[in-house]
Amino acid sequence: GANPWAKVASSKFTRDFILISEFSEQVGPQPLLTIPDDAKVSGTFDLNYFSLRIMSVDYQASFVGHPPGSAYPKLNFVEDSKVVLGDSKEGAFAYVHHLTLYDLEARGFVRPFCMAYISADEHKIMQQFQELSAEFSKASECLKTGNRKAFANELEKKLKDLDYTRTVLHNETEIQKKANDKGYYTTQAIEKANELASVEKSIIEHQDLLKQIRSYPYRKLKGSDFHPYEPECALDQANTGCDQDPTTSDVAEPGETHLYAHVPSYTPKLIKAKSAKCFDKKLKTLEELCDIYFFTQTLDQLHQIERTFRGDVCYLLTDQISRALLKQQSLTNFLFEDVSFLDEKPPEKQYRGCQGLNQDDIDRKCSEESPAPKVVISLGSYKSSVESVPIKMEQEIEDSQEPKMTESITFEHQENLDYLDADIKGSISSGESIEVLGTEKSASGLTKSESQASLPISPSPQAGRSKVGSRRTVSEDSIEVLSTCPSESLIPEDFKASYPSAINEEPYLDDEEGGLRFTPKLIPDNANEQEDISKQENLMQVDSACCIGKESPNFLEPLPDLGQKPCDEDGVVRIPPQPYRQVEPGLRGSFGSFPSHDGISGGLLPYELDSRYLTGSKEVSKSSLDECSDSTSYISSAASTCSDRTPSPAHPACQASERHKKKAGQNALRFIRQYPFAHPAIYSLLSGRTLIVLGEEEAIVKKLVTALSIFVPNCGLYAKPVKHWVTSPLHVVDFQKWKLIGLQRTVSPAGVNVLHALSRYSRYVSILDADSKTLRCPLYKGTLVSRLADHRTQIKRGSTYYMHVQSILTQLCSKAFLFTFCHHLHLPISESEPEESVVNRRMNFLKLQLGLANEDIKIVQYLAELLKLQYIQEPGQGVNPLLRFDYVPSFLYKI
Amino acid sequence: KSSVQTIGEEQIQNPYTELLVLKGHQDIVRFLVQIDDCRFASAGDDGIIFLWNAQTGEKLFELHGHTHKITAIAPLSSSDASEEKNHLILTASADRTVIVWDCSSGRQVQKVSCFHSTVKCLTVLQRLDVWLSGGSDLCVWNRKLDLLCKTSHLTDAGISTLLELPKNCVAAAVGKELIIFRLIASNDASEGWNALEVKRLVDHQDNILSLVSVNDLTFVTGSHVGELIVWDALDWTKQASECNFWDSVHPDVQPEIKLSQSPNETSVQHLTSDEECVFAAVGKGIYVYNLQMKRVIACQRTAHDSSVLHIEKLPNRQLISCSEDGSVRIWELREKQQLPAEPVPTGFFNMWGFGRASKQANQAAKKMQENTPVYFLELVGDLIGHSSAVQMFLYFGELGLATCSADHLVILWKDGERESRLRSLTLFQKLAQNGDLQRKF
Repeated sequence: GANPWAKVASSKFTRDFILISEFSEQVGPQPLLTIPDDAKVSGTFDLNYFSLRIMSVDYQASFVGHPPGSAYPKLNFVEDSKVVLGDSKEGAFAYVHHLTLYDLEARGFVRPFCMAYISADEHKIMQQFQELSAEFSKASECLKTGNRKAFANELEKKLKDLDYTRTVLHNETEIQKKANDKGYYTTQAIEKANELASVEKSIIEHQDLLKQIRSYPYRKLKGSDFHPYEPECALDQANTGCDQDPTTSDVAEPGETHLYAHVPSYTPKLIKAKSAKCFDKKLKTLEELCDIYFFTQTLDQLHQIERTFRGDVCYLLTDQISRALLKQQSLTNFLFEDVSFLDEKPPEKQYRGCQGLNQDDIDRKCSEESPAPKVVISLGSYKSSVESVPIKMEQEIEDSQEPKMTESITFEHQENLDYLDADIKGSISSGESIEVLGTEKSASGLTKSESQASLPISPSPQAGRSKVGSRRTVSEDSIEVLSTCPSESLIPEDFKASYPSAINEEPYLDDEEGGLRFTPKLIPDNANEQEDISKQENLMQVDSACCIGKESPNFLEPLPDLGQKPCDEDGVVRIPPQPYRQVEPGLRGSFGSFPSHDGISGGLLPYELDSRYLTGSKEVSKSSLDECSDSTSYISSAASTCSDRTPSPAHPACQASERHKKKAGQNALRFIRQYPFAHPAIYSLLSGRTLIVLGEEEAIVKKLVTALSIFVPNCGLYAKPVKHWVTSPLHVVDFQKWKLIGLQRTVSPAGVNVLHALSRYSRYVSILDADSKTLRCPLYKGTLVSRLADHRTQIKRGSTYYMHVQSILTQLCSKAFLFTFCHHLHLPISESEPEESVVNRRMNFLKLQLGLANEDIKIVQYLAELLKLQYIQEPGQGVNPLLRFDYVPSFLYKI
Repeated sequence: KSSVQTIGEEQIQNPYTELLVLKGHQDIVRFLVQIDDCRFASAGDDGIIFLWNAQTGEKLFELHGHTHKITAIAPLSSSDASEEKNHLILTASADRTVIVWDCSSGRQVQKVSCFHSTVKCLTVLQRLDVWLSGGSDLCVWNRKLDLLCKTSHLTDAGISTLLELPKNCVAAAVGKELIIFRLIASNDASEGWNALEVKRLVDHQDNILSLVSVNDLTFVTGSHVGELIVWDALDWTKQASECNFWDSVHPDVQPEIKLSQSPNETSVQHLTSDEECVFAAVGKGIYVYNLQMKRVIACQRTAHDSSVLHIEKLPNRQLISCSEDGSVRIWELREKQQLPAEPVPTGFFNMWGFGRASKQANQAAKKMQENTPVYFLELVGDLIGHSSAVQMFLYFGELGLATCSADHLVILWKDGERESRLRSLTLFQKLAQNGDLQRKF
């Protein structure tokens, strides 16, 4: 059941998991918890060891203390750092997200934590870096929000304590003064005075800290990119009130009261002058640090992440690709897609780079003399803020022992992470077990490396912004940093400039080229990669020709067979769905025009293809070289987790529907194998004729309805017009509303009414009798459904069949789209043109251009009507659902 | 078992391939009235009046004001060319009120509640710019809802139908009687009118159910026992009559059919006419009576499974009927090429008598038939959508057909081809509006 490209796993853990670790000031790096919280998951994998590793690549530019020129300790609002790290010996690769939480009792007030997504599949980590980063940032933001609250709380308490202490000390001093009439100070009195002074100082310091922590969200909010974690009950608002003197805010702000109701009732304690900072002191737990509410929220989010990224990366990628493509098809995607996903907000971050890659960029790219690679990584000297050990990462030119370049070389449309992957990994790995797969700043030496030639430049404006702010350490032993991405690199330059003082950022050490630029990997090209180029060109021509209202000779060309799959001769898909490939270079162009955001993307321009030929040829020579070399290391490290152990959900939101899809697909497979008249039944559904599944047993009927529901086109942006079980007589309104109905057959008088109504409205419905296994419906002689529902299909799994159906339905949608939006097919070219000639043109198009036969025409016409209705629908008002029907005779099919 | 003609599922000539169900009513919908080219109103036993857009099926207004069921509805559009044409409708209800509604604002304009009995019919006389209400008495009103005059109490049963006749006359059906009133303007300066009863016609044996004007010279009445009388509209004399559509004893009439006959089955439920013919909904059947030939030229004795409630002649020789059985049927009046050898079904001719013995009539008819074309009603389509009696329908030309029914629904039947074309047109207009087309051209 694993995917055909799954490599043998060499890892010691069975599936991906999330690890939260802390660099404890008492015991050093230690694992805190894993998600899922199951000992079986991590197996024999040494969490302690790995914690050490991941904690030692903390590149956060965090430091707290007394900066020069500042009287008080300064809180440093550090950006999280994001690192990709690999341990080929352990077979573990991790996305590591470092964050700092504040703790009054901790050294320097900070507690470094990290969350790591650990997978055996290096590619998953690399390719999903942005998604992981986005999701973990949310979790981190949640933790930090909670932490700021808790910290502020703690400070307030501390201030009260101090205040109380001061009062006590003051009183004592007064008493001493009174008792002392000798005119000189006793040492005791001096001691007390000093103590009082230090308490005063401490108060000021803490007030300042409180002010700082309170002002954080306010400052951050100025930047548009910052979205503080907002729980439903806008808890955060209280924090923005930073102007008021924190010391006077004895009563908690209104927003906080309900959560921190215990605050006002706090009884101040006396603080001993010398509170010993000793190691037997118990440090706060993460839960205590972050407030239980936010901690739980974070855990939820992490569980969500675990579910989202579970399973094989190819599922994730195909899902992301198809999701992105579907978003583009805003006019047709409602027909057969999940309504739930259409409601989602577009994950903009994910496509940011995509937008950058517009036509202009490509043009510019092409105009450059040679596709010189963008320098993605710069190696420099690093110093650790933790250990302050300046180290130098040595740039080794790739040697044959590390032939990892093979698959990794990428093109302008691919994620630059892959470059990192390729270059640094290859160059830095030593015999030791951990490789850090890349940091943004870690590869300056690489600019001169031979790999440069194959790395094309992406002259996106974003490239300049993605400078790296970290100066970090890599300890010299076994760790190699493959990639870090302190989040500064994701923050636009101008944004940072707006609050330079708010964050004590380290100055940028590197030049412009030091940045990392993440280009999303939404290159949904695998489907086509093996089609030959002429075919693609053909496609493109047709594509561009089919613009609305455009008269084009290409109309007359037959469309290429859309049903063709990227297969070898033996019908096996060889290429895993990856955002990059090593296949014949020319073929990668097919989706170059992908990110056009206007819905209808034009065809590829010839020179785009040329540029790909150029880059491709270089790549090929390289990759062929690499292929010859031994790539054991690659194989071992690229082990993928087994998808069958951890079934991959496409998307968290759709997990339930994912199960449903699987089940529906399975049932549908069974249906088409069992019923020889599956075709006319499916035709009924596709042509908008309500199909009624009649039966005595609810379970059987519902099963059939579930099976058939995958063929039902949606009528709009609401739920599918499917009614699983009805017991009352049907009415014409029902056929208007539902296109697939499960109906109870009973022998009672009421049942007679049901059947009577059914015979009365028989012209509007097809009736599938689940008990006697008959079907009454119009004749179907088309060819489309036979591809959709071949009873001899080799497909065995429900989810596979579901996808098969989806792909054919998507083709159908595109036909319907073309048909709907070709002006002259529906309206006369000139006013004098008679209606008949329009009708002729329309039928010709359907038959010749779209290659539809007989009843298939009606399917496309029905879908076209749905598209029209959807398009012309005014947003405010709901559409009147209408019932369209034909006066055609029905036939009775029997097994 | 049923002798009703059926057509099957293949109906090439039936243009109605799309339907819209208009929901809103909570009780039987009995009346549909056209307001203008694209709007109509529906009303029924729930006392609510709905205004609909006939093209889109959009509900325009919901008029609340009556507390009981609606008993009559009539459009009252202003004849004034000067002012903006404002459409009003009059509704009468069992709560003994008449309300004037403004169709463009959906507001109640005025309400009259001085009636002693339920108003059962409303007629607007455009020529005189007055409207009449008929209940237990006849009232004449002007546009401002001033009562102009009122007749004395007629019967408790009241006026069931009113029909405008030439020369300021009105025919009112009161039970079995047909009373002709003449409206005369008062001599004094005031706006008063007088309604004089000028004649009482008592030719019908049973209650007059339907009343239709054919042209300025003729009008036709039909009664509960199947009498059809053609009247001269000027002197109110009987020109021709057709009675006992079923009762005439004829040897060829099958006994079982005879047995099934009841007064209800022969009642003339509704009449409609064009210049040549009167189309009568009689019981379950439809009869076409030619005024010139003074005989029934075509009939469909069991056009429906139960009583036909409403029929309408379309311009294209088609006829639409709706019935208690919940169906609407489209008929076409066709001329049959008479083959000499073919025997004419005798039952066909037994329903008219011209006051003569039926046998003679039959023979006479047979003779006549030899040199006149024979017509028949061909079923060209049926519309099945309602689950209960279809009370009435409204033909909107190419916009479609609206039907109302006891199942609380109004259904708008549309020509699917035309609708599809219109949607395409709208789509490309919207595309152009959104500017989506510009780049592509």
